[in-house]
Amino acid sequence: MVDGRWVMEKDGEPSTINDLPSTVWKALAAVPDPEIPVVSITDMGMVREVAVDGGRVIVTFTPTFSGCPALHVIRDSIEQAVRDLGVAEVEVRSTLTPPWTTDWINDDARERLRQYGIAPPAPAEHGLIQLDVEPTRCPRCGSLNVRMTASFGPTLCKRMYVCDACREPFEGFKSV
Amino acid sequence: MTAATTALTPTQQAALIRKLTALADDEIILAHRGGEWTGHAPILEEDIALANIAQDELGHAGLYLELRRALDGSDPDRLAFFRGAPEYTCARLVELPKGDWAFTMLRQFLFDASEALWLEAATRSTYAPLAEVAAKAVREEKFHLQHTALWVERLALGTGESERRLQAALDELWPHAAQLFQPVEGEEELVQAGLLPDLNAVHTRWQALVTRQLIEKCGLKLPAAFPDPAGRDTHTEHLAPLLAEMQSVARAHPEAETW
Repeated sequence: MVDGRWVMEKDGEPSTINDLPSTVWKALAAVPDPEIPVVSITDMGMVREVAVDGGRVIVTFTPTFSGCPALHVIRDSIEQAVRDLGVAEVEVRSTLTPPWTTDWINDDARERLRQYGIAPPAPAEHGLIQLDVEPTRCPRCGSLNVRMTASFGPTLCKRMYVCDACREPFEGFKSV
Repeated sequence: MTAATTALTPTQQAALIRKLTALADDEIILAHRGGEWTGHAPILEEDIALANIAQDELGHAGLYLELRRALDGSDPDRLAFFRGAPEYTCARLVELPKGDWAFTMLRQFLFDASEALWLEAATRSTYAPLAEVAAKAVREEKFHLQHTALWVERLALGTGESERRLQAALDELWPHAAQLFQPVEGEEELVQAGLLPDLNAVHTRWQALVTRQLIEKCGLKLPAAFPDPAGRDTHTEHLAPLLAEMQSVARAHPEAETW
């Protein structure tokens, strides 16, 4: 705060309160997903809204998986990232509506997941409950000749595969 | 959480609390049984899978108990860790000891199928907070169902021994499975009001799904079932020891911040 105004560095220029939401978005874009540090919580589509009410910032986020143990870490990280901007009053709210879907993971993040060795999620289909699974591509060689070796993996959001073309094992994102 | 679209009468609220608690209790107890395989599953991948499934189930229990908290201010952790067996309202199906791998997978399949179908119907609840929770949880549940449906198939069509064990598991579990479709007190009124799925309709869909999988695909024989009509206040002798273990840390350190 300088003379009662928000002053923040934005592209090297001091900016005022009008840009606070975009400054907050930018800060949150630097908060990594604790389990997949190559992507941020905004990349994953977990941050749904940033609202500014006087000097108060309200961030609304949505959980990826309801049992995800990283949720409280993410909540604390959001609060800390906003406080680091010099904001004294921060409220982090969670919402379930609309429910998080892997369709919200942006293209840039999908590419980073792939380079990291994780097959990005296929488009999610929210129809009737089906017992069949969606096709997956090897993140290394692009082949569709892959086998799922485990339908659950090291985190709630991933499964394990092996590629029969390049012989490499890899993790794949579930489509939800 | 958005506000509820429906104003509940005291009778409806009490019934809804009963239902949410029953749903959560089933998840908590089955998650604990799943967790008993950690370090003991037949292969590493299944160790991980069951741990994942149990984690999701605890997540769902948390969602249900948060809905209850919104109604009566109760604390989910206190409900999970400080109620004894007489106060728990889980179905007897989930209390039974973990048994062998066939028993575990088949029980999980029967439960997952019922949960997935109930949640799918609950997405259309006129009680907005429940519809939201169901829309979230049903996406997670479908992975459990795919996984356990495959395991049931594998065991049924595997060896003579795996088929024998699976059939034995079905003989034991089938009478208990009916309890999942037993309404709680006051549930009918909530169904009429559009707040909860019609349990009979869900039961019919469940029968079709599990029959298709177990009988047509797997060649198992459905036993003649004589479901125990006792309600969710009647438990097997297996629940108390399970709770004693599950709650030991919380009860030893009741003032701890988290367990």
